[in-house]
Amino acid sequence: MNKWTRRTFIGAGTVAGGGFLLGVAGFTFAPARHALVPGDAPAHGQLTTWITVSPDNIVTILIPHCEMGQGTPTALAMMAAEEMEADWAHVRVQEAPALDEYANGYVIRAFGGSYVPAVLARGVDYGSYKIAEWFGFQVTGGSTAVRSTGEFGMRVAGAAAKEMLFAAAAKQFGVDAASLTAKDSRITHAASGRSVSFGELASAAAALPVPTSPRLKSPDTFTLRRTARQRLDMPSKVNGSAVYGMDVVVPGMLYAAIEMAPVQGGKLVSVDPAPAASMPGVTKVVTLESAVAVVADSFWHARRALAALKPQFDDAGHGDVSTASIFDAFDKAVGAAPAMPSNAAKTITAEYRAPFLAHAGMEPIACTARVDGTSCDVWAGVQDPLNARSTAAKALGLDATQVHVHNQMLGGGFGRRLPFNFDYVDLGVRIAKAVSPVPVKMIWTRENDMQHDYYRTAGLSRHAGALDATGTPLAVESFYAGDGDDEATGMPYAIARLKATAKKASHPIRTGAWRSVNSSQHGFFKESFIDELAHAAGKDPFEFRRGLLTANPRFKAVLEKAAELASWGTPLPAGEGRGIALTECFGSIVAEVVHARVSDEGRLKVLNVYAAVDCGDVVNLDTATAQVEGGIIFALSAALLSEITVAQGHIVERNFRDYQMIHINDAPKVTTAFLRSDGMLGGLGEPAVPPLAPALANAIYAACGVRVRELPIRKTPLTRKA
Amino acid sequence: MPIDLTVNGTPHTLDVEPEMPLLWALREQLGLTGTKFGCGIAACGACTVHLDGRAVRSCTLPMSATAGKSVVTIEGLAHEGTLHPVQQVWLDQQVPQCGYCQSGLIMAVAGLLAQNPNPSDEDIDAGITNICRCGTFARARTAIHACARTEGAA
Repeated sequence: MNKWTRRTFIGAGTVAGGGFLLGVAGFTFAPARHALVPGDAPAHGQLTTWITVSPDNIVTILIPHCEMGQGTPTALAMMAAEEMEADWAHVRVQEAPALDEYANGYVIRAFGGSYVPAVLARGVDYGSYKIAEWFGFQVTGGSTAVRSTGEFGMRVAGAAAKEMLFAAAAKQFGVDAASLTAKDSRITHAASGRSVSFGELASAAAALPVPTSPRLKSPDTFTLRRTARQRLDMPSKVNGSAVYGMDVVVPGMLYAAIEMAPVQGGKLVSVDPAPAASMPGVTKVVTLESAVAVVADSFWHARRALAALKPQFDDAGHGDVSTASIFDAFDKAVGAAPAMPSNAAKTITAEYRAPFLAHAGMEPIACTARVDGTSCDVWAGVQDPLNARSTAAKALGLDATQVHVHNQMLGGGFGRRLPFNFDYVDLGVRIAKAVSPVPVKMIWTRENDMQHDYYRTAGLSRHAGALDATGTPLAVESFYAGDGDDEATGMPYAIARLKATAKKASHPIRTGAWRSVNSSQHGFFKESFIDELAHAAGKDPFEFRRGLLTANPRFKAVLEKAAELASWGTPLPAGEGRGIALTECFGSIVAEVVHARVSDEGRLKVLNVYAAVDCGDVVNLDTATAQVEGGIIFALSAALLSEITVAQGHIVERNFRDYQMIHINDAPKVTTAFLRSDGMLGGLGEPAVPPLAPALANAIYAACGVRVRELPIRKTPLTRKA
Repeated sequence: MPIDLTVNGTPHTLDVEPEMPLLWALREQLGLTGTKFGCGIAACGACTVHLDGRAVRSCTLPMSATAGKSVVTIEGLAHEGTLHPVQQVWLDQQVPQCGYCQSGLIMAVAGLLAQNPNPSDEDIDAGITNICRCGTFARARTAIHACARTEGAA
């Protein structure tokens, strides 16, 4: 039921003619729209809502996703341009405006209902694909852009565009379309030697009917995809001209600094605005339910004046919550490790812990807004402009159509700027309303950003495993607290009893999706434990895993490739070790080998990371590689150093001095290899994250005999075991 | 108190408090938003600019310390329409991801190479302490070495 196929995707669009509306709560399914030809198409040469060919032969591709560092717009444009046979040098991209027409809620349907990434699942009723909580969905998250928008949108749109251009050329030349070929944005009739550019055909092509089922190129004929292409946004990122949410300038705007209730959910009890109100440049002190803000003529003035205030907040009844109290609750909820079969020759148990983590994107949160009567403009970097729009509308009591979201580049997303995380849009528009109609840019300090995040959950897991007399695993089971679902259980290994059970232990810390979501901690738990089981069996950790992957050839191939890249099994100097880990998330399988050294004094140095990736196929080889490199560094910072702690209900860490991350001196060399498989396209923004921490912990064990079971690793002394 | 300084070759007189950090004067008074706010405590380097040719972190540098001096920001690094060699190699090596920290990183690297045209890995480790959350470090290192080679050959 509701099986997603390419035919229904296009067919529905053309049948509906003026728009394909499906579902309830005003939710518009966008995929149908790509095949619509707007009424003014001939004038503008607009072939589909996603692709424009202008008379000067420029192909512009509208991207319904944001740029937060992954190079998604470039990869998506490559997918469309490949099908079109467009000249890459004449392809441009543009982010789609925050309008229902560009909603990409279909990313959910693209999964056919079989698997929806956790970040998208909230609020989705699987039966009807009803979007229960919001009116729009234009999300960049869940590593979905390329595999959904690209595979189900861009390719089809590109192919449809090409067929329309062919039909126009056939008409112009008076020949059969089948006798034409396309290359580099030109269509050629080889027999007569005539050729014509896409641009020259644009307006004629736009007047033609949209094909309902265009033919896609066979992957073996790809010429653009799988190559390394420079990102289209790169020039602006080396000359300082890229505009992020923080950089927006609206004429006449003021600046706001904000202090929020230190304990999440706390309310502003009282504040005397007088000390700030009289300071230079200050326009207004704005009190909100859970925050106080100062609006001034510069951020410096606003911030200085805010510091003069002494707001009193309540603690929402959470004043006694601490990291220790949360882990105590986890500990009690989890209880003893699961029981193992009585016929086991050997059983082992282990407990793992992972901390809360902040996203800490390099760009602190910022939101600029102007509220004027029944109209509102919002300028911010968001991973979902439509949800940002509805958030603003709700805060102001407006209709979503009265709000205009102007999305900006994101200085890192990592999940912080996903739907449901738009506290900053809510606050930004409320402040703007208080000084209406003057536009105001609310800037969060790093301290605001660090202490008011939607954190990666902390977690505790107790594992038990059983081996038979030959060292073959009979069972692996775990009880865990902290979030998780399939990520806790899913393992590719042939183990008869494989089970993970969630134990409920609630806490008031605000959590959210963090790059690779719950695979980030469960990957560490699972792949550390498998390693422990391998050692308990007296087997090489790579061979142990490999022996359990006979029925899963894709996993096996990835594992073997990582081992090969790392020269697994060759001798290393004393104090050095290799560790391996294998995980799957967002449709991609990644194995990583970490090569690390632990000195006699217990100092750790990560020397090399080798990554093998099966994401089905690669679109832009260079950005794909960059995502793997970046995911590994992001994960390495967390594995080694990062931890968010809680005291008296509030977050302790304030800035980069106490929420630590690695620098260039700690960055290892990363070697990446992609395996092409017959699998569906997998995501790449996240899947390189989960294997890193366990591979590193496993390497440390190999190097010095210390088993790290708690993150960050810096909490465990690495003094070599004799 | 008016403060005279030169920014990207243009003289300016700014009427700001002497303790206002240079970062905010650049961004909000002069509209040069290429220099980024990252931490406000000189820990991340996103705000790096050149002050009389040396890389400094502008988020904690008071305007009073800039009086009579010459500031170069990322917007002023290119020369007569030609990218600075660091910018060019950054493009060639496709270093940035989200790009937010890259203005500061590029300015820090340009500052390092001005002092030490052929830095060793240890020099890079000691001299480049910027934070990048996207994890562009390995590419940045490759790019620094590539830049040193190109410039050395020229």
